[in-house]
Amino acid sequence: MCLGVPGEVVEMDGDTVLVDVGGTRRRASLMLLDAEGVGLTPGDYVIVHAGFAIQKVDEQAALETLRLMKDIS
Amino acid sequence: MIRYVDEFRRKGPARAMLRRIEDVAPRDCVSIMEICGTHTHSISKYGIRGAVPTGIRLLSGPGCPVCVTAQADINRIVEFSRRNPSVVIATFGDMLRVPGTFSSLEKERAEGADIRVVYSPLDALEMARRDPAKEVVFYSVGFETTAPTVAATVIKARREGIRNFSVLSLHKLTPPAMKALLDSGDVNIDGFICPGHVTTVIGAGAYGFIAKDYGAPCVVAGFEPLDALYGLYMLLLQLRDGRAEIEIEYARVVTWEGNKRAQEVMYEVFERADSRWRGLGEIACSGLRIRGEFSHFDAEKRFDMGYVDCDDDQAGCSCGEVIKGLVAPSECTLFATACTPETPMGPCMVSSEGTCAAYYRYERI
Repeated sequence: MCLGVPGEVVEMDGDTVLVDVGGTRRRASLMLLDAEGVGLTPGDYVIVHAGFAIQKVDEQAALETLRLMKDIS
Repeated sequence: MIRYVDEFRRKGPARAMLRRIEDVAPRDCVSIMEICGTHTHSISKYGIRGAVPTGIRLLSGPGCPVCVTAQADINRIVEFSRRNPSVVIATFGDMLRVPGTFSSLEKERAEGADIRVVYSPLDALEMARRDPAKEVVFYSVGFETTAPTVAATVIKARREGIRNFSVLSLHKLTPPAMKALLDSGDVNIDGFICPGHVTTVIGAGAYGFIAKDYGAPCVVAGFEPLDALYGLYMLLLQLRDGRAEIEIEYARVVTWEGNKRAQEVMYEVFERADSRWRGLGEIACSGLRIRGEFSHFDAEKRFDMGYVDCDDDQAGCSCGEVIKGLVAPSECTLFATACTPETPMGPCMVSSEGTCAAYYRYERI
């Protein structure tokens, strides 16, 4: 079905974003994301689900999770 | 540069994490349930179910929105399309092949009904925009990740003055299903792996009552193999230490409050309603219906979508019990004999997020 996947923001265009998901470019709506509030800019990653960006990916949190995983390995 | 997929799939760390899981695995058997079709699929695909110590039972619960749709709700869209072949029915791909009691959307399409698969509800709206002479009905299933996308689409339709678009809402909510499972006492559940993207929307705080009232620990996990393993590890630590808390493994997108904007959009268009689930029966306030202000976009108000009650499972089909984690797919008499992905007898085999499909593809020896 319409799984949520991470993609890189390539271009911001009003209430949509152009997102690169694994090499394929897709347009996603920003109607469900406070883009200004989260300071969304090109280069950031978002989770895209059914044509909508539903969350900005927090790079610091991701690196912290990877660090925690490494600690127990 | 981090790209958020490969980093969470590495084999070396996965093997190391399995050893840590063995270290903290309890002596007694524990049953951990995930309630997300993507987790079901991921756990089977990456061999996690078989790789964890035998005392840890990984159960799949009602996590696939296609699978938990009541048979009567499948039948009525099929019946509607048969009576109104020129109305465009837009649907997510998985719903196409689910067998209703007498037919399916796929069969009706072969008979000439205008049924189209979409990736996004926005695609369905676009169909309505391009062809104002045709009615477009979006057959809308999904949990709290999908419902906001449909709500946003309805808001867009109203804003743009599109008059030929409507939605048949069969949306369901995750926490009420978890509560119903725990209340039923049918299945012993020691802890939950909570769905990553549903929780991105609703926030981890939504599960607070599960730890508080039922003493069951919960970990919100992502979908890559390292996420699922680390989430399981965090859950086992809670069980070992006698804690019952809500923890977030998928911290890169999940927060305690969730996505407030998405929640607001969802509840601007929808309100909670009682809902009928395959396997779980009627659960109070567990579904979403379209609010009165948006009744123009409510397919149930626009059309006669007669609901005729019926039993969920066809003869021999165990989907209802598989959905509750009571029965493993391999224990269903039809599994891999009469029921295969090519000849599915029930939704759990049809859907890409269904438990039986995951077992068929990855768990058979």
